[in-house]
Amino acid sequence: MSAPTVLALDGIRRTFSSGGRRVAAVAGVSLSLARGETLGVVGESGSGKSTLGRIAVGLERADAGKITVLGQQISTLTGAARRQQFGHCQMVFQDPYSSLNPRLTVARQVGESLVAQGRFTTDEIGDRVAALFEKVGLKPEQLNRYPHEFSGGQRQRVAIARALAPNPEIVVADEPVSALDVTIQAQILDLLADVQESEGLAYLFISHDIAVVAHLCRRIAVMHRGRVVEFGTTDDIVRDARHPYTQSLLDAVPRLGRRRTGARTPPTVFPSPSEAERMVMVTESHGVLVV
Amino acid sequence: MNAPVRRRRRRLPLNVLLGLGLATIVVAVAVLAPVIAPFDPMRMAAGPRLAAPSLAHLFGTDEFGRDLFSRVVRGAHLSLGIGLAAVVAGLAVGGLIGLVAAFAGRLVEAVLLRVIDLLYSFPDTLIALALVAFLGPGLVNATIAIAVSLVPFYARVAYSLAVAERAKPYVEAARLAGIGSGRLVRVHVMPNIGQSLIVMATLGFSSAILSAAGLSFLGLGVQPPSPEWGAILASGRNYITKAPWILIFPGLAICMTVLAFNLLGDSLRDLADPRRTAPQRAGA
Repeated sequence: MSAPTVLALDGIRRTFSSGGRRVAAVAGVSLSLARGETLGVVGESGSGKSTLGRIAVGLERADAGKITVLGQQISTLTGAARRQQFGHCQMVFQDPYSSLNPRLTVARQVGESLVAQGRFTTDEIGDRVAALFEKVGLKPEQLNRYPHEFSGGQRQRVAIARALAPNPEIVVADEPVSALDVTIQAQILDLLADVQESEGLAYLFISHDIAVVAHLCRRIAVMHRGRVVEFGTTDDIVRDARHPYTQSLLDAVPRLGRRRTGARTPPTVFPSPSEAERMVMVTESHGVLVV
Repeated sequence: MNAPVRRRRRRLPLNVLLGLGLATIVVAVAVLAPVIAPFDPMRMAAGPRLAAPSLAHLFGTDEFGRDLFSRVVRGAHLSLGIGLAAVVAGLAVGGLIGLVAAFAGRLVEAVLLRVIDLLYSFPDTLIALALVAFLGPGLVNATIAIAVSLVPFYARVAYSLAVAERAKPYVEAARLAGIGSGRLVRVHVMPNIGQSLIVMATLGFSSAILSAAGLSFLGLGVQPPSPEWGAILASGRNYITKAPWILIFPGLAICMTVLAFNLLGDSLRDLADPRRTAPQRAGA
């Protein structure tokens, strides 16, 4: 891999306690993301993939572990410097309805990060926002409209424009299409691919849908109960899945022509987290967690 | 483009109409009090003492022969003034505390919430009473006391609204844009909770008026001979058998005002449905 690493997560842990119960949402995850690459993170709900994404953009603090953004370790920074470094990481949220402020025009929301940087005039911000709108396929006359005047797909375009505004290196896309109609999903995925190419973005693409991830990503990390249980290139994962959880995920993908008759696959018992687990490399790029 | 919405708005439900109507009457009476009142509310012997309601004195007269109608009408002026001042001050301070608690970090949040809970555990009348005992009776002090007694309520309301908003992705997205907490609250959070806060303020208004009447009744608020409703009740209670109208009419005025603003607050809350009140597109 020749491209430089833009985001490195090392041994990230995050535990939530609720009602006296402690749940390790993320239990020691290490990942790295190279410039211009798309890394897919798949797993079921509750596997910790969203928490991981939120930690990667600074919305959530990790209990332990190192986050390095563009070579700068975040834990050494505080306050404004920390915020500025995390400015290279932006996010596209799952729900395009709740992720836009209903009381501000979309142009203001897209331009908010430019206002926050405080080094542009109002005109410059207006020009830049208009350019972003064109880039994500929205019309200039839609600039001063409010979110409720847009469809779900258009709102997600606005959200993408907002994420692109501060010129980020890394975009965390947390289930960016799962709230959209299937026909719109493809358009948004295409748009994400287009802007990735033109902007040289690195994506951390979080999804529960291994089919979408396999289509979009060159590398995949499979998460289960807060750990990465298997990682590798898309080929490694799809053709040569080693971990029982990965296999069950692949099994769950509906396929045309496959008959749902005969004996059902018995429910798999997944190994629970334990101290004895370690990552074993199958090939240079393909690792699997074994007990 | 909004034809169906408009039509729905035109047909307001009964409680909305009633609340709006009563509140309008009360406010109009309060504002126009000097014009409406046929007598100077302080003028003694405007008629015979303890006279029953008649055409000359619609609500009768009190023990000093003062015209009760004029006194009740002028009382609206006082009560609404106290209520408005107390609610505005309580809302400003309480709202600020609630927003700070929600957005100034965990430590501040924990400390402020404990303090609010502590104050909230006292009945607000008790807080107002204690404060008046400390500050001394009078119109201004009673207003301050009522405002302070409303602060915990508004702080809690503002806090819970702000916390609900804090978790929404659009607030998180605004955080990712790199803006500070101050701008986050002002530009993103305030416009979204302002409406609900104002609705709650309307509900607090009636309780402020009730507190004001209560304090005056106990002789701790507005002092006689000022025609405050609670004060009229207090002085009239010695004549309850001989001249019940001294108690009935100010009592009815309090009831009507509280009912009016409770209904208004409730119906505002119903109307504050965000889909109906989404801002219209600016310009084109």
